Amino acid sequence: MISVKNLTKRYVNVAAVDNISFEVEDGDIVGLLGPNGAGKTTTMRILTCFMPATEGTATVAGYDVFNDSISVRQKTGYLPENVPLYLDMRVKEYLLFRARLKKIPRKHRRKKMGDCLEMCGITDVQNQIIGTLSKGYKQRVGLADALIHDPEILILDEPTIGLDPNQIIQIRKVIKDLGKKHTILLSTHILPEVEMVCNKVIIINKGKIVAMDTPSNLMNQLKSGSNVVLEIRGDGKKIKDSISRVEGIRSVVWREKGDVNEFTVEAAEGKDLREDIFKCIVKDNYILREMKRKTITLEEIFHQITTRETEEIVNNA
Amino acid sequence: MRNVHSIFLREIRSYFFSPIAYIVISVFLVASGFFFAGNLQFWQEASLKGSLDSIQFFLLLLTPVITMRLLSEEAKSGTIETLMTSPVTDFDVVFGKFLAGLGLYMVMILPTWIFVLFLSIFGNPDFGPIFSSYIGLTLMGGLFVSIGIFVSSLTRNQIVASVIGLISLILLWVMGFLSTYGDNWYYECLRYIGTFDHWESFTKGIVDTRDVIYYLSFTALMLFITVRVVESRKWR
Ligand SMILES: Nc1ncnc2c1ncn2[C@@H]1O[C@H](COP(=O)(O)OP(=O)(O)O)[C@@H](O)[C@H]1O
Ligand SMILES: [Mg+2]
Repeated sequence: MISVKNLTKRYVNVAAVDNISFEVEDGDIVGLLGPNGAGKTTTMRILTCFMPATEGTATVAGYDVFNDSISVRQKTGYLPENVPLYLDMRVKEYLLFRARLKKIPRKHRRKKMGDCLEMCGITDVQNQIIGTLSKGYKQRVGLADALIHDPEILILDEPTIGLDPNQIIQIRKVIKDLGKKHTILLSTHILPEVEMVCNKVIIINKGKIVAMDTPSNLMNQLKSGSNVVLEIRGDGKKIKDSISRVEGIRSVVWREKGDVNEFTVEAAEGKDLREDIFKCIVKDNYILREMKRKTITLEEIFHQITTRETEEIVNNA
Repeated sequence: MRNVHSIFLREIRSYFFSPIAYIVISVFLVASGFFFAGNLQFWQEASLKGSLDSIQFFLLLLTPVITMRLLSEEAKSGTIETLMTSPVTDFDVVFGKFLAGLGLYMVMILPTWIFVLFLSIFGNPDFGPIFSSYIGLTLMGGLFVSIGIFVSSLTRNQIVASVIGLISLILLWVMGFLSTYGDNWYYECLRYIGTFDHWESFTKGIVDTRDVIYYLSFTALMLFITVRVVESRKWR
């Protein structure tokens, strides 16, 4: 459905997107996840033919975004960040105008509009001036516009930004429903959103892809090397030293918690060191009160991946 | 053409749902009525010549107000992004908006036909120069609107767009005006570029192909450059 190869977009002096490649299969709901300034919007603008890439190619629904841009636009529905709308128009008028631009034959236009109003839950406000709608409703109008020509692909840039928690839940539900019929690429900097909505995640940071997998795989990948939290009675400093000597330990953080010590032990990737740690503690005759593996959320993966990147950059500099 | 039509309709609608259309139309009507009455009293003849010359000045002032929002508003509100990612070409957008601006301009000068009616009731005007004047007014409107839309493509600030548009139109007018002071080749150039001279002949009842070509080609050039400017967002 979407195929991106070695895409680079350079602004005057920054590479907003730096040599990224990825595929989106038919029926996927893919989340493009990254902090602000990661290059999500830039990627989406290239895919929707708003601007061309500096280098690399991208095809959407089988058409090249540069050479066949009108065909690509006909096949995609795009909800830009911050949902720009003509505030002086009525919802209905706006959607009919958009339907016309998107070449829906006159006799289908009203029906299509009715369906989209219904699907996005804005039938009640169809006669209202867009400027008087709340942010959540504007978002839905934008979504209805993206949907109106029944595109194969939906590209949604931060669809839940600026909404209140209830509206977020509603919009996510709408997106999930849409995922049954459309291929969706959405961007967000909110992690739980990806866990909830997407079946594939692309984590992007500073214009580069740093990870790409299903949300559960991403978590499994790092789970085995995840953190172990220990509660041990004894001389904290000594315990820390002996745990640190266990092979495969990346870091040990020691915190005094009343008369016991709490250690957070991070193992190297792909290693489960719980047994080694246990043996080490028993050997030195410390008293182990608790040992638990901390399950890593996507949030932490995200944090780890993005900060590790920064560390590497700092180290290389 | 279908896209041009859709964009044209939306723009026209947007003009009449905002105060802009009503303001320019009433200002123009009041000003032109005033000059019509004044000229009639002064010249005591059944023609539009004097009044149209004065009216030209108001067209110069008001057209930038018509055109200022055409592209700058889209850039400012970000709607340019939804517009340019729908299956339309940059030309469709620019041309549709140009026609809408020209449409409002035509609506604005429409009421001046009341004066013509007035003249034909109370006098015996020569219709030749009147018709040619309206051809001239239309062609000049096309040029003014195309300059306005070009300026509007350069900035996202409507006020800046109207001010720069106004300055450009005044320069264009002054250029032609200055050309009457001499006969050198550079006066000739000024004469050709400025609107003053070309407009003159229309008011005298002459529809000269060269003047028509001047207006049409200048307008086409401005629209061409505007499309390029709109496209240039891609290379920035
Ligand atoms: N028009 C532009 N000119 C120059 N730099 C830009 C422009 N648009 C975006 N950038 C830069 O490109 C980078 C990526 O931006 P963007 O794609 O908007 O990120 P995101 O959507 O992930 O927050 C940022 O560093 C941003 O400052
Ligand atoms: Mg963004």
